[in-house]
Amino acid sequence: MSAVDVEDLRMRYGTADVLDGVTFQIRAGEVLALLGPNGAGKTTTIEILEGFRMRSGGRVEVLGADPAHAGERWRARVGIVLQSWRDHGKWRVRELLAHLASYYDDPWDVGELVAAVGLAGQAGQKIRTLSGGQRRRLDVAIGLVGRPEVLFLDEPTAAFDPQARREFHDLVRAAAGRTTILLTTHDLDEAEKLADRIVIVNGGRVIADGTSRELARLIAGEDEVRWTRDGHSFSTTTPDSTRFARELFLQYGEAVHELEVRRASLEQTYLTLVRQAEGTAAP
Amino acid sequence: MTTISVKAGLTRGRIELRQSFTNGADLWSHFFWPLLMLAVLYFMRDRAFGMSGFTLGALALPGILGMNAAFGLVSMSQQLTADREDGTLLRAKATPDGMRGYLIGKIISVAGGLIADLAIFLIPGLFLIDGLRIDAAALIWVLALGLVATLPAGAILGSVFTSPRSQGLLTLPILGLIAISGIFYPIAALPGWLQAVAQGFPFYWLGLGMRSALLPDAAAAVEIAGSWRHLETVAVLGAWAVTGLLLAPAVLRRMARKESGSRVAERRERALRRIG
Repeated sequence: MSAVDVEDLRMRYGTADVLDGVTFQIRAGEVLALLGPNGAGKTTTIEILEGFRMRSGGRVEVLGADPAHAGERWRARVGIVLQSWRDHGKWRVRELLAHLASYYDDPWDVGELVAAVGLAGQAGQKIRTLSGGQRRRLDVAIGLVGRPEVLFLDEPTAAFDPQARREFHDLVRAAAGRTTILLTTHDLDEAEKLADRIVIVNGGRVIADGTSRELARLIAGEDEVRWTRDGHSFSTTTPDSTRFARELFLQYGEAVHELEVRRASLEQTYLTLVRQAEGTAAP
Repeated sequence: MTTISVKAGLTRGRIELRQSFTNGADLWSHFFWPLLMLAVLYFMRDRAFGMSGFTLGALALPGILGMNAAFGLVSMSQQLTADREDGTLLRAKATPDGMRGYLIGKIISVAGGLIADLAIFLIPGLFLIDGLRIDAAALIWVLALGLVATLPAGAILGSVFTSPRSQGLLTLPILGLIAISGIFYPIAALPGWLQAVAQGFPFYWLGLGMRSALLPDAAAAVEIAGSWRHLETVAVLGAWAVTGLLLAPAVLRRMARKESGSRVAERRERALRRIG
């Protein structure tokens, strides 16, 4: 069963189509990354799914309900972590979590949750005194406090240093459990590390949808092969590097040295896909 | 779920109220105005007003009390705008029934803070000024009606103004209204058309109501028509209350509907640009 079902989603501001027929599904328990360059429509999509923004057209279902009209019962099953929160600066960490937990029927135990996100040492601290990384951990804790069935993470690690980013990834993976997660990111590495499946959006359209392996396979001709022969170095790109190498050896045998094959990386795939999409979108 | 959010709202109000009395900046704002007003009273305490037999200090103390009560309108409006800018409101929106909890909490913390401020002013004031006569029942109904008249109006203004800076626009007309509302000097001394303007707003009526609760009946002679005009007080404050209560839910809903993460981010970027 799909936890999230988006079909032909459209969003238009004036004459500009920010979303131009976006379609994807997320299975229950799946972690899906919505990947794309800035301005691709990721945040608009996630805000429509959160029920914070009205759409211009298309069909959207989250946990079987239309977020635009879903009630507070639905709201209780959805957790949200925005790009950045600065709210409740005067509150203490444990105080705010306990307060927000009191809105839910079956919330996490606050002590457990604080420990799970690594804030046990800061539980009594005022929120505005937290570091950036600690603040994000708190935001994730708040997103999780009601034991949501679906968790939305919008650009969760923008402006993180690599260390903080790695810690955050560990946290999300540990927290994920059976929660369905939709995260948006423009960081390919992050999508690959966290997500079971990646949907690439660009210019308001889905241009690819699959696991990172499937996406890499989508693009042919991207493997890079380097070798040296008679003291000269050569390099070429080919859709089938195995066959190329076989033919290379058949032809030159032992004259071939320092053979190096670089498989199409997801990064190349991503850049190629975005470039192609932009090529076809141009008039 | 409704009872859950009402309970959560009560807790929220209590926590916010405690916070506002346990940090330096908020304490300063709780004490600054009342102390300033007490200083003003101190210099007015012996000056007689005409042949009325009352000192200016005695006439002004209830007026100041009424003015402070009406300031709930301003603080409600400011807090709503600030909470919108930092994302507190969006957080409430992301929580099941969180908007209800948020509003209940806000009403409690604003009203509670206001009552504390009034006490901070009134109690020392009673020692400072002679010739007062306290009618506790009148004090309570005027204050209660005043809060119902001003807080929803404040919530509406807070929904309309999108940034703390634009809130500054609100201060000037309100100071003007206070100047013509007979707080520091009886309104009867003003030109008729100014009197008419002042009588459209809660500041004057809260001041009048407070005077009726704290002064002997003989002091009514100084007022317009020589009366406390309780009926008119109830009518004007009641009209503000009814209008506010009718409009506020729709205005607040409209504002809340428009909140989203990118809007909060947008506002922050604008604010940062102004600083940078």
